[in-house]
Amino acid sequence: MAHTEGQQHPISIYFWIWGLLFVLSAFSYMVDYLHLQGYLRWSLIIIFMLLKAGLIVSIFMHMAWERMALACAILIPTGALLVLIGLMAIEADYTFFTRGIFFGAG
Amino acid sequence: MPEGMQGIVADWSSDQRAFKKVPWGKAMMWIFLLSDTFIFTCFLTSYMTVRMSTTVPWPNPSEVFALTIAGHHIPLILIAIMTFILISSSGTMAMAVKFGYEKNKKMTAILLVVTALFGATFVGMQAFEWTKLIVEEGVRPWGNPLGAAQFGSSFFMITGFHGFHVSVGVIFLIITAIKVIRGDLDNERPGFLTGRKGKYEIVEIMGLYWHFVDLVWVFIFAFFYLW
Repeated sequence: MAHTEGQQHPISIYFWIWGLLFVLSAFSYMVDYLHLQGYLRWSLIIIFMLLKAGLIVSIFMHMAWERMALACAILIPTGALLVLIGLMAIEADYTFFTRGIFFGAG
Repeated sequence: MPEGMQGIVADWSSDQRAFKKVPWGKAMMWIFLLSDTFIFTCFLTSYMTVRMSTTVPWPNPSEVFALTIAGHHIPLILIAIMTFILISSSGTMAMAVKFGYEKNKKMTAILLVVTALFGATFVGMQAFEWTKLIVEEGVRPWGNPLGAAQFGSSFFMITGFHGFHVSVGVIFLIITAIKVIRGDLDNERPGFLTGRKGKYEIVEIMGLYWHFVDLVWVFIFAFFYLW
């Protein structure tokens, strides 16, 4: 059972990913520490976040070695969340706009 | 072919298996984590919505979570340390899984306990952070002196739910460590709750949950603390 279903990988890969996650977290922290602002700040935050998330899911959670059926069943449904985020962003923009008119008119 | 209720059971439990090369419990943990992803995304999305739509300035997290250590004012330092602690716990967890499949009882147990200690440290630091915010800064779920009222409700809801996940994880890490030390996984002793035979795959299933908690923190760190 353990041989057919267990995940066996050399320990060095875990140390490598651990180190990479440390470096990426340090980079994320530096974004704040160096007071980067605007689109540079936001894009760097998202890039480091996605890299960290990708390393955790693919290596630590072994998704890179799972069969395609499992990876698709877990990863594809999260696409629906992007739709939710998009819809809510439009809604929030509209709320902000109407609040501006309402409070502006006093 | 059986009909009625018997038929339903027979059809759904017939000799089919979608997720090959994955133990049953591991597939179920993945599906649970998918549902948890939806919950956390709902929280983070509602946070995005209130932050985008408020006309009151949002408190600057970099300043709110700053600490003065040895006379130096360092922005966001507590959260940075918490991030490194949680990542370290993920590292030790990944190695516990590896030693588990090698049936190395001693190393698996040690690494599980170290992971639990990191997790407990994280929760402790979060308790410190909450206390500082509530007592010193006067942040409440319905308002705060720093800016937009929604800051408090988003903060307590999101970090509270995440901290709860970490706490539950610590408890299950200790339970898993006890099972390893007691030899349940070598002797296939049935579990106290499910009665399923003890196997080293439970260490990997535990690991999936723990890495997920770390994964959620990556998103909270990016969107709540850094944005």
